[in-house]
Amino acid sequence: MSRESIVNAALFALLIAVPLGALATDEPFIITLATRAVILALAAVGLNIALGIGGLVSLGHAAYFGIGGYAMGILAFHAQSYTPLFEGPFVIEGTKLMPIIWLVAICGGALAAFVIGLLSLRTTGVYFIMITLAFGQMFYFFTISWPAYGGEDGLSIYVRNSFPGLNTLVPIQFYAVCFVLLCAVLWFNARLARAPFGLALNAARQVPHRVEAIGLDPVRLKLVALVISGAVTGLAGALFADLNRFVSPTMFSWQMSGELMVFIILGGTGRLFGPVAGAMLFVLLEYLLGGISDYWLAFLGALLLLVVLYGRGGLVGIFAGKARNHD
Amino acid sequence: MTEPVLSTHALTKRFGALVANEAVSLDLRPGEVHALIGPNGAGKSTLVGQICGAIKPDEGRVQFLGRDVTEQSTRTRARSGLGRTFQISALAMEDSVLQNVVLGAMGAAGTVWHFLRPAMKDLTIRQKAEQALERVGLSDLASLRTGEISHGQRRRLEVAVALTLSPKAFVMDEPMAGLGAEGTRELTALLDELRQEAPILLVEHDMDVVFSLADRITVLNYGRVIATGSTAEIRSDPEVRRAYLGEES
Repeated sequence: MSRESIVNAALFALLIAVPLGALATDEPFIITLATRAVILALAAVGLNIALGIGGLVSLGHAAYFGIGGYAMGILAFHAQSYTPLFEGPFVIEGTKLMPIIWLVAICGGALAAFVIGLLSLRTTGVYFIMITLAFGQMFYFFTISWPAYGGEDGLSIYVRNSFPGLNTLVPIQFYAVCFVLLCAVLWFNARLARAPFGLALNAARQVPHRVEAIGLDPVRLKLVALVISGAVTGLAGALFADLNRFVSPTMFSWQMSGELMVFIILGGTGRLFGPVAGAMLFVLLEYLLGGISDYWLAFLGALLLLVVLYGRGGLVGIFAGKARNHD
Repeated sequence: MTEPVLSTHALTKRFGALVANEAVSLDLRPGEVHALIGPNGAGKSTLVGQICGAIKPDEGRVQFLGRDVTEQSTRTRARSGLGRTFQISALAMEDSVLQNVVLGAMGAAGTVWHFLRPAMKDLTIRQKAEQALERVGLSDLASLRTGEISHGQRRRLEVAVALTLSPKAFVMDEPMAGLGAEGTRELTALLDELRQEAPILLVEHDMDVVFSLADRITVLNYGRVIATGSTAEIRSDPEVRRAYLGEES
């Protein structure tokens, strides 16, 4: 077993031990914190597929996160107010069922990523960062000025959505749902990185002209990566809204995009468990330091600076050493 | 005379007022090494760009395997068997040597749109990749990271990646760039064998290599073809001697 898989196993064990420990000592708040970490990790794993393998520095991933959030908010809002979502030749009702909400969030995130990708992948480097940021901001201001779903105030959902066979209002059960989804996506990410598509995408990041010279289209590879990435982050958005039972335009804010990127840089770019480590540390610091000072983000900034300057591989790199590609 | 595999017909490319290529016509016949030489700025790279599809010509046509490919993209030309190597190694440095050739084999086979099964376990692809490595003598280094191998080994890997496409023609842009005497000798021997597989259009500065490998030579100067012919003809051409080879040679 490589050192990296030991680090990964340790993080995995923490994600099981902490909530179970909290359950045993009757600390539901800790379980909620862990759920928050898992959901944010899931969103960042989505970004890491585009950023880590494909080298796509998207500063607009809040768009997909927010779309997932509003997919949940809008569907649940119509269900709880008993108003149809759409009336015409046929009627679309709202729903409180998680699997359906997830599906809508995934499709919404993927579709948005496809459209944004078509336009923004014509650029590279700083221009790509700026254009993805601009798309994120467009969604932000659109939701602020759209009164139908609460505008700036957002939407409150009174009861958490349901999953067949579970009582999602019990913290540990909702945690289990989020944790299983994170594991499924991490498994997919690990397979993807070693699959032909991952290999080609990885090369498209390093030497696009070589990829073209062997008959492949680097832009198409990156577009597909962005669609997968948007779908995963969209799913995380739906879970995040369900955790808070609230969705507002702040999910679309550029700070949200920035936070997702911070998780990855803190944890380790392109490392499978990098975003997981980053999100866990972020939530922990937010809890520990946030209680001491309102300016805790200044400490986070200092930490980020240290990691970037001295621990180039991020947290996972500090413990596991340089990344290696295995055959 | 046999049908040429690859040919250009009166290719002209201007960048503003600068005429980089003016009515350049040349052809590459089966089994030959055709060297393209000329001083710096003669328009060799522009010509290679147009042959491979990265640069769109203003006038003229490119023909490959009997078809007009002037309007085709780099990718389409690559898929129909135009294997190129780059002047500056274009390899995925973070990936292993084997992964680089596997990537080439995947691109050629069109099996890239798989998301779950491991790339390195596709035996057909892997066999093809390993054959290409064996061909250039890099089998022992297969599992090393490309960034860790020497410059000369990377130049050979560059050829191996082109080989995975089972090319119908090679276009090699200064394959010997930066190689020492030993490396040059090895790569020259390799290219000498490869011409049996597919003809090679060779852009090269090293005159010893050109004269030992080439069946025919085309000389570019200021974007125009000033001479084309067999090695002996080029050696004795007065205009070539003046423009390029210098009085001594």
